Amino acid sequence: MDVPRLLPDDEAQALLDLVTTIGERELRPRAATDEAAGSFPRDVVAMLGASGLLGLPYPVEVGGGGQPYEVYLQALEELARAWATPALATSVHVLSCHALAGYGTPEQQERLLGPLLAGDRLGAYALSEPQAGSDVAAMTTRARRDGDEWILDGTKAWITHGGHADSYTTFARTSEDRTRGISCFVVPGNSPGLSFGAPESKMGLTASPTTTVNYDGVRIPADNLVGEVGQGMAIALDALDSGRLGIAAIATGVSQAALDAAVDYAHEREQFGKPIIRHQGLAFLLADMATRVGQSRATVLDAARRRDAGQDVSRAASIAKLTATDNAMAVTTDAVQVFGGYGYTREFPVERYMREVKVMQIFEGTNQIQRLVISRTL
Amino acid sequence: MKVIVPVKRVPDTAGDKVIDADTKTMDRDAGETVLCPVNEFAIEEAVKLKEATGAEVTVLLIGPDGAQSTIRKALSYGLDGAIQVTDDAISGSDALGTARVIAAALADVEFDVVIFGNQSTDARTSLVPAAVAELLDLPSLTYARFMEIDGDAITVHREHEEGWDVVESTLPAVVSVVEAINEPRYPNFKGIMAAKSKPLDVKSLADLGVDAAAVGAGDAAATMYAFEPRPPKAAGTIVTDDGSGSAADDLADWMEEQKFI
Ligand SMILES: Cc1cc2nc3c(=O)[nH]c(=O)nc-3n(C[C@H](O)[C@H](O)[C@H](O)COP(=O)(O)OP(=O)(O)OC[C@H]3O[C@@H](n4cnc5c(N)ncnc54)[C@H](O)[C@@H]3O)c2cc1C
Ligand SMILES: Cc1cc2nc3c(=O)[nH]c(=O)nc-3n(C[C@H](O)[C@H](O)[C@H](O)COP(=O)(O)OP(=O)(O)OC[C@H]3O[C@@H](n4cnc5c(N)ncnc54)[C@H](O)[C@@H]3O)c2cc1C
Repeated sequence: MDVPRLLPDDEAQALLDLVTTIGERELRPRAATDEAAGSFPRDVVAMLGASGLLGLPYPVEVGGGGQPYEVYLQALEELARAWATPALATSVHVLSCHALAGYGTPEQQERLLGPLLAGDRLGAYALSEPQAGSDVAAMTTRARRDGDEWILDGTKAWITHGGHADSYTTFARTSEDRTRGISCFVVPGNSPGLSFGAPESKMGLTASPTTTVNYDGVRIPADNLVGEVGQGMAIALDALDSGRLGIAAIATGVSQAALDAAVDYAHEREQFGKPIIRHQGLAFLLADMATRVGQSRATVLDAARRRDAGQDVSRAASIAKLTATDNAMAVTTDAVQVFGGYGYTREFPVERYMREVKVMQIFEGTNQIQRLVISRTL
Repeated sequence: MKVIVPVKRVPDTAGDKVIDADTKTMDRDAGETVLCPVNEFAIEEAVKLKEATGAEVTVLLIGPDGAQSTIRKALSYGLDGAIQVTDDAISGSDALGTARVIAAALADVEFDVVIFGNQSTDARTSLVPAAVAELLDLPSLTYARFMEIDGDAITVHREHEEGWDVVESTLPAVVSVVEAINEPRYPNFKGIMAAKSKPLDVKSLADLGVDAAAVGAGDAAATMYAFEPRPPKAAGTIVTDDGSGSAADDLADWMEEQKFI
């Protein structure tokens, strides 16, 4: 079922139509099999790149699609409605581009950002470490200057696209200052000394690879430092404001998919002589699910429009991430309930949706951290 | 090389089609309309020619103002420009009338090859490509499941029930393609953005020197006298197995009766 949307112009509508078509034809049919096999759909991501969907929110001048967040996030939501993994790949890729787009020099934008936005190269965002998750400033990965190069040593944890990405936007310590001692680097995926752990065995999003990334004397050109030395923490947090909106949009898309599946099922399944949607107890559950989905989308789009208007969106982005991912957890859990015993089996997608959205309450800042961000602005 | 791809706006293939009771023609404003899916295969062939030889590709659409979204959709595949022929007098044209307008529009421009879809998903007559070729006195290479252009020679594999014929001619020529010919790509987002800045040449029948009386419902060679909505689906036949295995025989009998076997 198509989601009726408010979009700014005909081009945005044509973009959403394209994304819906690609989602229905190329993504949805493969989702269950690839998730069960744990195989990363690199070809699907390449196809999204060829369709111009991996650089949507960045300026046309640097090779992006020049789309406002209002449009980009709805495209992301639509991808996630078909299959979360390629939507997450898009969001993480876009996140990995943020440093270069916002803080890179024109030379860096041409050399490093262009191929990412064109979809020719896949990006990863390497911030978290085994001992530095919510507390990113506790990171110990180090970068030291050696002539024309930087040398990186340390270990990053939980890196989406680890082992698959062509470019790792990496945050590393350049001095002991807790927050001003972190800098941002672009590390090519084929750098000698870069190695990857085995993919984590996860509860959901099993087709999306998550690995540790080891930096063992990795040398990169001095020109791959993004922004100033010591500016890394500010860059990382700025990127996360936008990344959180991406996760919120993906959570909304999966919620919509769960709602659609539940509503269809509730019209077909009969108990006590009528479709279960005609039992008020269940109809009201579906009504609450639809309410949550609407609430998520509205909150995400409010934050998006504020960002497009140039407002500071730290709080709005955290509110959107918190709202949309908590709603997604509730909606997908309820979708399993609507399917009864069948919902608990892998014959139907709803248990997968439930497993997929759980992590959205955890990554790009746990929902406790979102509350921390929100409360600090009060 | 100059390539023209005539495209049609059709009712969404997934939706129900509505016939207007007064005009006895399809109500084209009743539901969603889309670029005829078969045209996507013709566009893909044109885009391949563009990639291989730098061909200039123009779409041609006969249809009202509202059809411009269809033109933009076609252009979003990276084509170069569009011609739209729009005139109230065209409304109600049958396949031959439409072919006359397309032929007149083609006679007005330069081209080496015209690539049609072999049929539109709404009417499915497959008449227009051959009629256009005839009106322009050009080689007609229809039902192509393969096409190749070498200099001013064109070769197509013409599909039929037993296989295909290899058909050759010189350019300019009119081709229609079947869906087996390729796997159309998706439009690119940059193509979507570029579509609105591509030139669109809007022409009337007068511009083309076509007599309005020679097209439209009045001149149609085919007349629709009456139509009936499809009857509601009858209940299916249920074959029950009483444990003796008789159901298999019953099923086979039924299939024979229905001429499935
Ligand atoms: C599938 C997946 C993909 C990921 N992809 C990436 C990636 O691409 N790049 C990347 O850099 N990272 C990535 N991460 C890491 C993710 O961002 C971290 O897991 C997350 O930030 C939480 O860190 P942690 O796991 O160390 O949990 P911890 O920080 O150890 O948190 C444990 C619990 O304590 C709570 N907590 C911690 N501090 C506070 C506090 N101050 N107040 C209240 N509660 C608190 C947390 O909310 C949580 O409930 C990914 C993680 C997963 C699971
Ligand atoms: C792992 C597992 C083990 C099981 N083991 C057993 C077993 O050992 N023996 C056994 O007999 N069964 C067993 N079951 C079946 C289980 O008891 C049923 O799944 C359960 O009764 C629900 O029935 P259902 O799945 O057909 O859902 P449905 O009855 O189709 O319900 C679907 C949804 O509609 C709602 N609904 C239905 N009627 C109404 C109403 N009137 N008003 C409001 N809402 C309504 C339900 O609450 C549910 O949310 C098992 C199921 C599972 C998943």
